[in-house]
Amino acid sequence: MVEVTLWGALGQLAGGKSKVEVEAKDIRELFRKLAEQYPGFEPWIDRGIAVAIDGVIYRDTWSKELPPGAEIFLLPRLAGG
Amino acid sequence: MNFDPRFSGRKFASVGTRPIRPDGVDKVTGRARYGADFNMAGQLVGRVLRSPHAHAIIRKIDTSKAEKLAGVKAVITAADLPDLTDGDAAMYDILDNCMARTKALYDGHAVAAVAAIDARTARQALKLIEVDYEILPHVTDVDEAMQHHAPLINDTIFTEGLEEKPVKPSNVTKRSQFGHGDVHQGFGHADFIVERSFKTEQTHQGYIEPHACVASVSSDGTADLWVCTQGHFVYRQHCAQLLGMEASKLRVTSSEIGGGFGGKTHVWAEPVALALSRKAGRPVKLVMTRDEVFRASGPTSATSIDVKIGARKDGTITAAEATLRYSAGPYAGSWAEIGAMTAFACYKLDNVKTVGYEVLVNRPKTAAYRAPSAPMAAFAVESAVDELAKELSMDPVDFRIKNAAQEGTRSSYGPVYGPIGIGPTLEAVKNHAHMKAPLAKNQGRGMACGFWFNFGGQTCVDLNIGMDGSVSLAVGTVDVGGSRASLSLVAAEELGIDYSQLKAIVADTSSLGYNDMTDGSRGTFSSSMATISAARNAIKILRERAAQMWDISVDDVVWEQGHAVAKGEKHGNLGKLSLKEIAAESGKTGGPIAGHSELVADGAGVSFATHICDIEVDPETGSTRVIRYTVVQDAGKAVHPTYVEGQYQGGAAQGIGWALNEEYIYGKDGRLQNAGFLDYRIPVCSDLPMIDTQILEIPNPNHPYGVRGVGETSIVPPLAAIANAVSNAAGVRMTHIPMSPPRILAAIEAERGG
Repeated sequence: MVEVTLWGALGQLAGGKSKVEVEAKDIRELFRKLAEQYPGFEPWIDRGIAVAIDGVIYRDTWSKELPPGAEIFLLPRLAGG
Repeated sequence: MNFDPRFSGRKFASVGTRPIRPDGVDKVTGRARYGADFNMAGQLVGRVLRSPHAHAIIRKIDTSKAEKLAGVKAVITAADLPDLTDGDAAMYDILDNCMARTKALYDGHAVAAVAAIDARTARQALKLIEVDYEILPHVTDVDEAMQHHAPLINDTIFTEGLEEKPVKPSNVTKRSQFGHGDVHQGFGHADFIVERSFKTEQTHQGYIEPHACVASVSSDGTADLWVCTQGHFVYRQHCAQLLGMEASKLRVTSSEIGGGFGGKTHVWAEPVALALSRKAGRPVKLVMTRDEVFRASGPTSATSIDVKIGARKDGTITAAEATLRYSAGPYAGSWAEIGAMTAFACYKLDNVKTVGYEVLVNRPKTAAYRAPSAPMAAFAVESAVDELAKELSMDPVDFRIKNAAQEGTRSSYGPVYGPIGIGPTLEAVKNHAHMKAPLAKNQGRGMACGFWFNFGGQTCVDLNIGMDGSVSLAVGTVDVGGSRASLSLVAAEELGIDYSQLKAIVADTSSLGYNDMTDGSRGTFSSSMATISAARNAIKILRERAAQMWDISVDDVVWEQGHAVAKGEKHGNLGKLSLKEIAAESGKTGGPIAGHSELVADGAGVSFATHICDIEVDPETGSTRVIRYTVVQDAGKAVHPTYVEGQYQGGAAQGIGWALNEEYIYGKDGRLQNAGFLDYRIPVCSDLPMIDTQILEIPNPNHPYGVRGVGETSIVPPLAAIANAVSNAAGVRMTHIPMSPPRILAAIEAERGG
């Protein structure tokens, strides 16, 4: 079980929660479970969500494992110049 | 992929040196081929008809007269680019921006295009196209667009991110919020509070090379596109989707690039050129004029930002809050969201809250511009931080050092930081000779900090070893700042060979696997990781081949300084085998030797910079002159220090232009008044002092060499550093960018009058 912190817009889709708990071993499973629990997340996941694991931001490595006790933050996927 | 990206702390032989770039001679002799330098047999000239109105319904377009003009081979409208986006809203916006469908949404919006045998005929044809417009009320100002009475740009948009679902459409497409703690409580603990509102005007990246491409669609449905871009693989995906092609049938070759800075991450004219070529059955060259680049490519947002920061007498910030409103052009974007994330990222804050609003206006579609959205947020925040330091009678550097984020700090956008460089850049600035240099009359000094995320992404590299032992490196990230030199250094480092043995190229989309574009400061970060991986894969094969040549086990062969070396007492008589010797025998040991790598380079380390600026203000005219400028930035590891310094200097130069001169000026009619470099003045060499740089190297733990991106952070602090310098010189707080002479003079006179 990992605790995931949501940013504002996702929090609203999760019924006003800023943190949710999910049983997931990696980012792929995390997104799948989140979409099951909160169907409103699906378009956001499709558009792209970044995952910060202990401060390191992952945008595309869905195979990245979620270590037990890690700090996990969801963030909007960023544009760059 | 089985590649360990962790920082290893190795000693370097090639990385960190400063050889001449492989594309240098061609660029200084004019041989280098940019977007407009490519030509094909039978090529036509493409031209685009653009809306003269800021907001108008397109009732009807009659192209019949243009089609009958001798020499015209194709005329297209939105009807020739049918909607194939299948519900993908972002792609639909790109399609609509390339060619207006039902409404022209800004002055310069494309409404039709022609392909003709020459430019004169194409221009004549444009004049023969009749467009029946119904002019609508428009809005170009970000604050006005948020008013209830403002003209509605898209009545299908309802603000996302509100607690209650709105019942009325709005020009505000999204609200986003970040932060932690309780700002209300935090301000309650403050002894001093600074609260200010700021504005920044819209600017363009100002790349010297306009958008240019040559498109050639064959009758069998395959196509070639030669184009100036930051991401030819992304252009291929977008063009293929918009034109209903299979991506593999469209080969995109990126030209040399005369600047992009985020503005060449989007397709604008390329789908139009392909559609023209498809209809005409001939190649079509489409080159934007400078006027078109300003009116119809992708400038950055105009902004309106409110900031409130409170601190105790001892200089500890107790709370920080900002509301950020960013213009997005006529299509939804996430620009304010990024501004809200970056605004307070430099600081350790217990109570912080930022709210961003994305605002539609009748201006061109906003595009990324080097650390997009961060410079404006930093301008507002760092101006208020400076003012607060003054209220506290604290040195502005010491105040920032006291509140700087560090390893373990919870960032204002959420996650806890790993090892970061804001503290070291501030310490370096505090100890820099620039801070101690005397100032003359009417001169002021300012400093400011900046943050950017950096990111990585999908990356693919091929490394091929020729039979003569020379090495070719094919990368897929467009070289915008010397990355071919940097990546050659990385390959030389891994292989243990000399830089001169390598030649790096940017491969086309049919020759290499998919690569994300060169943005987010990812070019050298990502492709160096893939180059290291590819080189290590090649070394594995080189060891196997050497083992064959020696007839020993590969486990007994190691790679040292460009040679295979047999380890163990039983192999003591075997001499070393060089890469060249192994390559020469490759035909007899299993064929060509190559290393490939396909990976997702994630874990890009965040980046910080602190800048110092001295400026002289003429109190009679409001004109300014930058006297001295210093950039201090963390690079993680500078692979090629000269090009890192170039990125630092380039960001500062663009920031100086943005801070002092550059702005989109719209008339009451909603038309852009200054679409050219005479009236939109970017700084030239004579406007700038030598920009001094200091590279700090705080290794990124998620890259084998510790590399962080360096391309974008350098444009984040200048607006604020210069505003602080001008404010100190003029004796009045400047709150509106650009600080053009009339604005400075008005502020000085208002202060005198007040």
